[in-house]
Amino acid sequence: MACVSAAEPERQQKIRSWMGHFRLVKCSPGSFDACSGSCRVSLRTDAVRKMTVHNLYIFDRNGSCLHYSEWNRKKQAGISKEEEFKLMYGMLFSIRSFISKMSPLDMKDGFLAFQTSRYKLHYYETPTGIKLVMNTDLGVPNCRDTLQQIYSTLYVEYIVKNPLCVLGESLQSDLFSSKLDSFIRALPFFSVRAA
Amino acid sequence: MAIFSVYVVNKAGGLIYQYDNYVPRAEVEKTFSFPLDLVLKIYDEKLVVSFGQRDGIRVGHAVLSINGVDVNGKYTAEGKDILEYLKDPANYPVSIKFGRPRLSSNEKLMLASMFHSLFAIGSQLSPEVGSSGIEMLETDVFKLHCFQTLTGIKFIVLADPRQSGIDALLRKIYEIYSDFALKNPFYSLEMPIRFVFFFFFFTITIHTVMSFACFPICCLPQRCCV
Repeated sequence: MACVSAAEPERQQKIRSWMGHFRLVKCSPGSFDACSGSCRVSLRTDAVRKMTVHNLYIFDRNGSCLHYSEWNRKKQAGISKEEEFKLMYGMLFSIRSFISKMSPLDMKDGFLAFQTSRYKLHYYETPTGIKLVMNTDLGVPNCRDTLQQIYSTLYVEYIVKNPLCVLGESLQSDLFSSKLDSFIRALPFFSVRAA
Repeated sequence: MAIFSVYVVNKAGGLIYQYDNYVPRAEVEKTFSFPLDLVLKIYDEKLVVSFGQRDGIRVGHAVLSINGVDVNGKYTAEGKDILEYLKDPANYPVSIKFGRPRLSSNEKLMLASMFHSLFAIGSQLSPEVGSSGIEMLETDVFKLHCFQTLTGIKFIVLADPRQSGIDALLRKIYEIYSDFALKNPFYSLEMPIRFVFFFFFFTITIHTVMSFACFPICCLPQRCCV
């Protein structure tokens, strides 16, 4: 695989004259396949930006954080974890009250997601008040059904149906943590970002 | 396809301009007999339905008028307390209109400041370095877009989720703000904007976006010489 990145002008000239023998065919965003007869050389012009999941919070109806895990977090909030959970819950509570007042029409699902210039926060709340919050990259589309799946196949199966897990306290189940981790890693939009 | 409202917020979080384009709000008027099977409660100086959702009347809807006469908060137009009025069987049958309550200007000021703080918290809780505040907030009935300028002024637009061209609209509103508010020698910074030209060109821009369902920059009227 030849990388045509920002090389020296001399080298670029050499590559261009070499590429003149090939017919460039664009096959996917950011990469070209140069074909000449039976020979196929794949050129990657730019590193394709990978989508990723940063972290996940699970809150109960009283505001206590039941579970938190992170995969690709680059920047910490600068405050302790308890304070961060309280701030996150407070922000979500305020956003929900804000949109219920601002909304011009009656809402059914309510708050779905917000995005900034660098990340997107997805939100899902169950009728019992369990709130699932996932921070991802900007390229990730609506993952409300992913959060719904996490709730129904992981939380309900491994926590609610577990007679030893006390609901309302921080989740102590290792099985839940490992299943959640493998579920997130198996998502199509998850990839560990190259450092 | 509609722009529901626009808010312009200054650096300190105070609201300096507000525009509303009311969509026809769902209002339901029904005649009731004693006893009333809806449970009403006082919330924010208004009487809202807290239980008994039926026939288009939903939880959160406020009492808008009784027997055709608009109410004044939790009192009727004559000054009587509505809950007392509805407890008296002699006043029935009564026709009550319910609907989503309109925001008063005080509430709009509070909501603008609330969003100003939420914007900052969104930036603080970011898992990535160098994040801005909340630029787009999505719900199932509207999308809120926010553009913060380098000087800290925020332009907030609430629109239909399918409306496109809002980014260009936000920048155009910024341009109108800098032309008709900032360049006006009588305008004091961070104060509410009350200029006819600003309102005029702003309204034209909004209606152009709504009628074209996207933002055609070439179709905007050019600024006339002032």
